[in-house]
Amino acid sequence: MSSNTTQAGTVRKNKSVLALNLFLGAAGVVLWWLIYQQLPAVSKWLTYGLLSISQGSHLGDSIEFFLYDTPKVMMLLFLVVFGVGIIRSFFTPEKTRAFLSGKSEIAGNVFAALLGIVTPFCSCSAVPLFIGFVTAGVPLGVTFSFLISAPMINEIALGLLYGLLGWKVAAIYMGTGLFIAISAGWVIGRLKLENHIEDWVTQANMAAVEMEEEKLTWNDRFIYGWDAVKEIIGRVWIYVILGIAVGAGIHGFVPEGMMASIMGKGSWWSVPVSVLIGVPMYSNAAGVIPVVEALLGKGAALGSVLAFMMSVIALSLPEMVILRKVLKPRLIGVFVGVVSCGILIVGYLFNTIL
Amino acid sequence: MEIKVLGPGCAKCSKTEKLVQEVIKETGVDASVEKITDMMQIASYGVFGTPSVIVDGEVKCTGKVPKKEEIKAWITK
Repeated sequence: MSSNTTQAGTVRKNKSVLALNLFLGAAGVVLWWLIYQQLPAVSKWLTYGLLSISQGSHLGDSIEFFLYDTPKVMMLLFLVVFGVGIIRSFFTPEKTRAFLSGKSEIAGNVFAALLGIVTPFCSCSAVPLFIGFVTAGVPLGVTFSFLISAPMINEIALGLLYGLLGWKVAAIYMGTGLFIAISAGWVIGRLKLENHIEDWVTQANMAAVEMEEEKLTWNDRFIYGWDAVKEIIGRVWIYVILGIAVGAGIHGFVPEGMMASIMGKGSWWSVPVSVLIGVPMYSNAAGVIPVVEALLGKGAALGSVLAFMMSVIALSLPEMVILRKVLKPRLIGVFVGVVSCGILIVGYLFNTIL
Repeated sequence: MEIKVLGPGCAKCSKTEKLVQEVIKETGVDASVEKITDMMQIASYGVFGTPSVIVDGEVKCTGKVPKKEEIKAWITK
């Protein structure tokens, strides 16, 4: 009896905490919106009023860009990371694996790429995840669809693209990213490269650990989203500021149309060159997207810029080094080759149709 | 008690190890903590999210930094 009353008490307490959280959340969104609306005016006032830099000067352009974009991007990231954090609390790598292990190839590729967006993923756990998938009978190509989509299409990239370049570019990035993850994974699966996985992986005795599934309440999910905000913003804020600073420099000082000759759509080699420059660069979405925004403003073509961005984010040398522990060199080569081809196709496609 | 923290050495993994050490100090439980960074060894525990915490051979959590209270519950019972 007494346990029943305490249980009822906990439920009531949880409900009132939830009500409080919802109220605070709603108030927070309103406050967020009010501040967000004021950003253009405030950045203008700071630049030309408080710092009294003359309007129309290169320095003024750069500083206004920086003072406007930094808080804007941070605020958008805050909202998007929190929202995606709540969505992610519904997914775990374990559930994703169980779901994918029974799927046929093409459906598996599609689901793996989609689940790559919402399953919590950190590039440092790419290797154990790879082993876990492959030993559970998830086909190699399907595993790759997941491993391509998970780091490439993430809340940071989508939040920044939406904030800086609008929902259309964000949607194009997401759509083409999914296309690359699905098709590259499918091609890798067709190539039958299973024997190019390091031997110890297939011999590894991965008795799947049955984890008791946690029952999450809505309060837990809010906390999960909040933790995601603290963790991700705490990690990327410095890249965001550096990226916007570089972008601001480009915005103010690079002559109009200069990028048109280098990354414009006129030159056939601009897409492959963008990919080649992008692969060895190791940055994350937070650092590269503000730069991309500035490049677009100076006449770079969307296809070339997408290709550059994707190769920076999706193909990175440190990730190759980590994956080398489980993949033989040839399979890594195929992975890089197939993904690069996908990026090239996307780049040319958008340079042609836009 | 034998506690193992599995992780290739990312920020979350070191944070987990630090938290485990703190809880041990606070509770005064007699336990050894070992950090395992080798991929093959991590895989042999059957976990595929890091960081993971293993207490006396039992997987307690995978893929996230546990909270202090959780760690306390695992090692004091």
